[in-house]
Amino acid sequence: MLSQTIAVTAVNLRSIRARMGSSSVAVIGIAGVVLVFVAVLSIAEGVNATMKASGDPSVVLVLRAGSDTEMTSGLGGDQARIIQDAPGIARDSSGAPLTSPELFVVVDHPLKRSGSPANVPLRGVTPEAFKVHSHMKIVEGRNLEFGKNEIIAGRAAARQFVDLSVGRVLKWGESTWTLVGIFDDGGSVAESELWCDVKVLQPAYRRGNSYQSVYARLADSSSFQQLKDALTSNPQLTVTAMRAPDYYGSQTETLQNIIRTIGGIIAILMGVGAVFGAVITMYTAVASRTREIATLRALGFGSIPVVISVLVEASLLAIVGGLVGGAIAWLAFNGYETATMNFQSFSQIAFKFAVTAKLLLTALFYALVMGILGGMLPAIRAARLPVVTALREL
Amino acid sequence: MRFLPIVWRNLLRRKFRTFFTIGAIFFAFMLYGVLMAIRSAFAMGVDMAGQSRLMMIDKVSIINPLPASYEAQIRLVPGVTDTTHANWFGGYYQDVRNQFPTFAVEPESWLRIYSKEFEVPEDQKKAFFADRTGAVVGVDTAKKYGWKIGQKVPIQGTIYRRPDGGPWEFTIDGIYDSKIKGADRTNFIFNYLYLRETIPERSGFRDRFNWYVFTISDPDRATEIAAKIDGMFANSPNETKTNTEKAFVADWAKQVGDIGKIMMWIVAMAMFTILLVSGNTMAQAIRERTNELAVLKTLGFGEGRILSMVLVESAIIAFVGGGLGLALSYVLITAGGDPTHGLLPAFYFPTSAVLTGVVLVAALGLASGFLPAWQASRLRIVDALRRN
Repeated sequence: MLSQTIAVTAVNLRSIRARMGSSSVAVIGIAGVVLVFVAVLSIAEGVNATMKASGDPSVVLVLRAGSDTEMTSGLGGDQARIIQDAPGIARDSSGAPLTSPELFVVVDHPLKRSGSPANVPLRGVTPEAFKVHSHMKIVEGRNLEFGKNEIIAGRAAARQFVDLSVGRVLKWGESTWTLVGIFDDGGSVAESELWCDVKVLQPAYRRGNSYQSVYARLADSSSFQQLKDALTSNPQLTVTAMRAPDYYGSQTETLQNIIRTIGGIIAILMGVGAVFGAVITMYTAVASRTREIATLRALGFGSIPVVISVLVEASLLAIVGGLVGGAIAWLAFNGYETATMNFQSFSQIAFKFAVTAKLLLTALFYALVMGILGGMLPAIRAARLPVVTALREL
Repeated sequence: MRFLPIVWRNLLRRKFRTFFTIGAIFFAFMLYGVLMAIRSAFAMGVDMAGQSRLMMIDKVSIINPLPASYEAQIRLVPGVTDTTHANWFGGYYQDVRNQFPTFAVEPESWLRIYSKEFEVPEDQKKAFFADRTGAVVGVDTAKKYGWKIGQKVPIQGTIYRRPDGGPWEFTIDGIYDSKIKGADRTNFIFNYLYLRETIPERSGFRDRFNWYVFTISDPDRATEIAAKIDGMFANSPNETKTNTEKAFVADWAKQVGDIGKIMMWIVAMAMFTILLVSGNTMAQAIRERTNELAVLKTLGFGEGRILSMVLVESAIIAFVGGGLGLALSYVLITAGGDPTHGLLPAFYFPTSAVLTGVVLVAALGLASGFLPAWQASRLRIVDALRRN
């Protein structure tokens, strides 16, 4: 039976070339589905990767209790000072705590892709910020000088918004800024932002001496609880503390929710539709060979080898389709950078589509399942057709 | 029509294939419905936004509120018929995850300007106007949390804080609905005066509004009036940006960016792949019968009659599959509404898109039947009979 199976399968596979038309339709069908599957999920993967890059587990973020995002938080200067002196925070060689009180606002600035205005996050920081956000480095121009109206822009922001290049003078409202540098932060959310001196930003946005968040580097990773307890039990403060990975994870919850919900609906409908498509193409492929298959069976080939041969053909076409679709998805989408709105803070966040190996393998697996499901019914049908009737078929 | 039985027999002769072809087309048009709903969802309701309504925000950023004194100045501008204002409150119920769009507004002018978007029964309106701590909530949000008229609900704010840190307590005075398809029925509006009393005067944020909305008598003068108003506040500490509500919504949608567009392309591709596959199968089913068509011709059937029989056959497949797909997706999307529960309120299947869908179904039926029938008709009977 094994030799029979191999023989029939070989005949099938060799004759694919003669049936180029219907075979390529099957391949295109599966390729399309895989492409769609990979493309949708690479958006979610990309957003995820950006969030992961942002979440340094040894960094803690302190916000006013009840705020879910920096944008809506608010901390007075005196509160910020109390937070900075809390236990559990790492200190530099001079004994100063590694903390950064920051102000987070958005400004209206045009996007490159549409020319229409969007919200760019503008973050006011202190000199200590560069010790807390330790992955940050200037890749073009220089760092900002504190006390001056100078701005540095994240790489992604510079790519997404117009006029964000070194040397540009930007005017928002009554304040004028000079962009002096571009920075890299390992692909994090900060790369979608502009940074400036918080002491210059406070009066420009009429914020007095207030901040929105305090970033702190932990003395060691086990000191989070100590810091959190100290902050929440202090009657002078009403704040929440969370680790950076948790915060950034929550920041894209809405966005991820949208992508996953819509992506799920699309994937289910498309998957079932594709199985139907695979069934009819394999059916056509088998139907056009009804006489051939009947001849084989008249010659003494069993029905199981026939079933297997059809299934092998279907899986092979599915894998080819899967590879083609995956390759196109990878070429077209991997690393494609775009920005969207972070629904939590209503500001722009840039990310790159990430077509990962895991994603491609999953897609290939689905392609195979679709191929086998699609081949199953026609295969059984081919094997069960009475030989005499089948021989008479045109 | 005498030959319908022949068409019917042809359809049934390979029941299995006919069934799966119809199934594939059915799913393709289900996808079409989702595609159209995604399109309107990511347009964020731009079709519903008013052309004759202008919005005004701070030029630097919507987060900088504008002084209350601007309202009186705008009212004096010729062409402006009515004004209202709003503050983004960022409210949530019990858990910070339970957020919905919450605005502090001037109740009477807001419900006057948005009478179609916020349809509130007269008695509820009256109660709302008389109750400083009252609120009007969209039917979707009310349903989600099981709120009834007269119920007291505690709402916590993410931006504003009460001095005691506790939530604001509101009485649900009204529940609004809207006849507009895809309208946002999740909003929660309440009286600005209730919010105002919790804003300390020295904060500098009292009597300042995130945005103004005003109606104008002539939509064609929108650009001119907007420029005039922005000119009035130029070189002040709060310069303004005025535009039609439609333009604001369009910019807002653009901020979400190409994600929506990419998803649409993807779904469109999936749909057309499935259509290609099923169209090909339908064509194949007819191509297989070329010599039968030749027999019919030999029997004296005219070209036109054969063509129409073939077309009727493929049209039946297309319309059964596509029609069911369109109908079911329309019903499901209309009944199910926003699948993300409040994030994409404009997720709906527009009626105009249903018509386009019907045209697509017809095109599919025509194209997949016409090509093979036309090819068959070009063959000489003798050659066609000899084929296979």
